[in-house]
Amino acid sequence: MTGEISGSLNLIGFGLSAIGPGVGIGLIFAAYINGVARQPEARGMLQPIAFLGFALAEALALFGLVLAFVL
Amino acid sequence: MSPTVLAAQGEGFTPPGKEDFWWPILGSDTSPWTLTRPSVMALLSVALIAWFLLAATRRRAMVPGRLQFVGEGVYGFVRESIARDLIGSREFLKFMPLLFTQFMLIAVNNLFGIIPFVQYPTMSRFGFPVALAAITYITFHAVGFARKGFVGYFKDLVPPGLPSWIVPFIFVLEFVDKFITRPLTLSLRLFANMFAGHLLLLVFILGAEHLLLTGGPGLKVAGVLSGVLAIVMTFFEALVEILQAYIFTLLTALYIGGALAEEH
Repeated sequence: MTGEISGSLNLIGFGLSAIGPGVGIGLIFAAYINGVARQPEARGMLQPIAFLGFALAEALALFGLVLAFVL
Repeated sequence: MSPTVLAAQGEGFTPPGKEDFWWPILGSDTSPWTLTRPSVMALLSVALIAWFLLAATRRRAMVPGRLQFVGEGVYGFVRESIARDLIGSREFLKFMPLLFTQFMLIAVNNLFGIIPFVQYPTMSRFGFPVALAAITYITFHAVGFARKGFVGYFKDLVPPGLPSWIVPFIFVLEFVDKFITRPLTLSLRLFANMFAGHLLLLVFILGAEHLLLTGGPGLKVAGVLSGVLAIVMTFFEALVEILQAYIFTLLTALYIGGALAEEH
């Protein structure tokens, strides 16, 4: 019996490549929440750092997305 | 709900793709000078921002009115929690026009993605983020070269006090980061976020429409669910759109601050 699946394999690759950044973003915000919980007055200092880390991790997922469409 | 299932049910559902982002208004399909929907929206956003800021600052009062309050709130946010924190209180005022313009322009153009009847984020066409990232790129390098001199800027790429054999490696890494990765990620992040967000909304909305119009009773329920999810995702997109404007401005300020800083 032969099945037929249509669609793009690229998108499966993108799904796989999104796992890593997903875990990474989770870790970043976990650390940020931890930090603010321990020292609430450090929030102002931690926030840009957390969002910077988030942006860097997210960029990896977005590379995957763009490549899924480009390739 | 996979496309194959849908195709078996109705006369075929074409999932949204990158073709849905091409909206020529005037001109041919292939000319680079075609007037497109995003370019009209970019102009519209400039007019909107100019109107908003002029209206917000026309009657300045000690006790601000509603418009003035919103305008001051946005400006204060960019100034206090982005520029002052990241560039330093001595020099940040020089860069406020750039940062505030970027924030407003990106925020309004992104929010076009969920405003009814417009519903298309301008930044999902790659040219717009590229131009914005190019401005940031030129600015922070120019500022760095002006501050440290041509040789000094390159010397400053490597933090002091490293063993000498590792210096070339760090230099190459830092060079690639500052001259290649930064503009690339800055433009790609904004573009891909808006592109993916718009695509997500299209999937849910077009999926809901198709399921409701052509599906059987079971699929109609799925269509209603898809429509509800489209609404939820619209609110999620509002968050992402403001967040991306914040991150873009934050990174611009961070890069400028890094170029100005005396040492690592």
